Amino acid sequence: MTSLLEVKDLVIKFALRSGEVTATNGVSFTLEKGERLGLVGESGAGKSVTGFSIINLISKPGYIASGEVNFLGENLARVSDERIRSIRGNRISMIFQDPMMTLNPVLTIGTQMTETLHQHNPKMSKEEARNIALNKLRKVHIPSPEKRLDQYPHEFSGGMRQRIIIAIALLTDPELIIADEPTTALDVTIQAEIMDLLMELCETDDMGLILITHDLAVVAQVTQNIAVMYAGSVVEKGPTAQVVADPQHPYTQGLIAALPQSSGHGERLNQIPGMMPTLKNIPPGCSFNPRCPHVMDVCRRQNPGLRPGKNGSLAACHLYPAELVNPSAV
Amino acid sequence: MNRLDKFRESFLWYSFKRDKVAIASLIVLMVLFLAAIFAPLIAPYNPYDPEMIDIMNSEIPPAWEEEGVAEFLLGTDSQGRDMLSTMIYGMRISIIIGLGAVALQAILGVLIGLFAGYHGGRLDAFFMRAADVQLSFSYLMVAIFMSAILQAVVGVAKFGEIAIPFLVLVIGLSQWPQYARTVRASVLAERKKEYVEAARVAGFTSSRIILDQIFPNTLSPILVLSTIQVANAVMSEAALSFLGLGMPIDRPSLGSLINSGFELIFSGAWWITALPGLLLVILVLSINMLGDFLRDVFNPKLYKG
Repeated sequence: MTSLLEVKDLVIKFALRSGEVTATNGVSFTLEKGERLGLVGESGAGKSVTGFSIINLISKPGYIASGEVNFLGENLARVSDERIRSIRGNRISMIFQDPMMTLNPVLTIGTQMTETLHQHNPKMSKEEARNIALNKLRKVHIPSPEKRLDQYPHEFSGGMRQRIIIAIALLTDPELIIADEPTTALDVTIQAEIMDLLMELCETDDMGLILITHDLAVVAQVTQNIAVMYAGSVVEKGPTAQVVADPQHPYTQGLIAALPQSSGHGERLNQIPGMMPTLKNIPPGCSFNPRCPHVMDVCRRQNPGLRPGKNGSLAACHLYPAELVNPSAV
Repeated sequence: MNRLDKFRESFLWYSFKRDKVAIASLIVLMVLFLAAIFAPLIAPYNPYDPEMIDIMNSEIPPAWEEEGVAEFLLGTDSQGRDMLSTMIYGMRISIIIGLGAVALQAILGVLIGLFAGYHGGRLDAFFMRAADVQLSFSYLMVAIFMSAILQAVVGVAKFGEIAIPFLVLVIGLSQWPQYARTVRASVLAERKKEYVEAARVAGFTSSRIILDQIFPNTLSPILVLSTIQVANAVMSEAALSFLGLGMPIDRPSLGSLINSGFELIFSGAWWITALPGLLLVILVLSINMLGDFLRDVFNPKLYKG
């Protein structure tokens, strides 16, 4: 059976005036039907750009230099504009970070929802579109949706807006949802509500979810698998429970140690020393080597590919013996 | 909740109720527009009907002057036409040309501004340079050229028949850059916002993003600009007609009426110029006042003192 999504050796470059910059360097992962995957990393690690590349929407001057994005066996990196538009927002939906900005301020919720439906199905009648919109609003637990449909975005609170955005993403019953930091702009109680909602929806409709975030706690709560990104590459991936409980790559270890709850009461918070390299001067060898506590000579010379760690997940680190593995198999 | 109730609760209505100048302007404007629309019913005479004109009645002063006649409330012009009727019909022509020209320039300018602003690059550069070139010509100069050529081609008599569409075209084509620049500026601000990105992610085509998503967000500057442009277009038409390049004397607009009385002003027949002039001032002033009010409402950053 073909996977829902298979990203293979994805290389995204940005052609800047000062030269070319590689934003992701050979990212690979797979997602089965109904699977939830967390894409974790610091700002600038290439998470969002990977998310956008799946629906082939990298804004200029970025472009997909090589690699494949196979959605149910179809390489979306190479299909026509028209074909990708029929998939975008229809079979793959995306949810953004800031619910205050992603709704059009001058159109009612109803208009925005029915317009999305009409874009993908021009023949649909107005009533039918309205009914679908009502259903989806009910699904995301918006009270009295009939009244809410004729209201403008400024009449909703932040959490409600994010629900509406999720409802819009659900309109066309997509097979995959890419959520780019969906809860970063919300406060903690609403965060949990929204994550529960997303999880519930994925389970009832057997939808795939790619959760892009820097929040490991959220990932641990929601996803089955995880891919940790650093400076444009996946440095560790595996089942979420194992990666969180027993991280293999020194970067993942650092990330988990840096969570405030990892340090004891009254102690200093842990942090990873140094900063992520800018994409223009990624160090040779392993890109994490200047910050790594276990750095060895070989790390400065040779880029370790993903290899099996001790607990069954894959880590790109010289600490583990090299072995020929298929990097897209998790 | 229906639309009327919504409007009653809106900020626009709230501020309107509290702005006496705006209320007065709107009332004046409504009276003038209604008079223009129902001119054939309201005007006591039909100034286009030669049967009703008697040259013996020429240059009768308004009724309140010594030689005035009650029959002609505001007097007659040099051809014996009733001033009141001629002015109402003239205002009708001025308003038709004003609205027509603004509709033309708005359609052109808004479309160009939206697409140039959204797509950027060469398309944008081309249209904005075209706008610069266009604005560096005086529209009067262009109009003089075009009307001279047109009059030579179709003859002066025929020109009278096509004068209205011609004026709409000249004034409309010369002013589109105003709209294009305004709209482009707001599109540049809007297209960076996340809802545009979200629409792209939702699979919208770029023309649907432009027309359905961005256009509604640019409406308030368009509305404000439109009121000012209607006033400008009415003035432009009056200026062209005054110079003899616009409406012919047998179907006068306000501008050509002012012109026709101008020669007689020193012989004492002041009313032929002054009264249409006064009407023009009232019309333009009330439109501009209403435009000012709209600008204040839609742009709260511009609080007055």
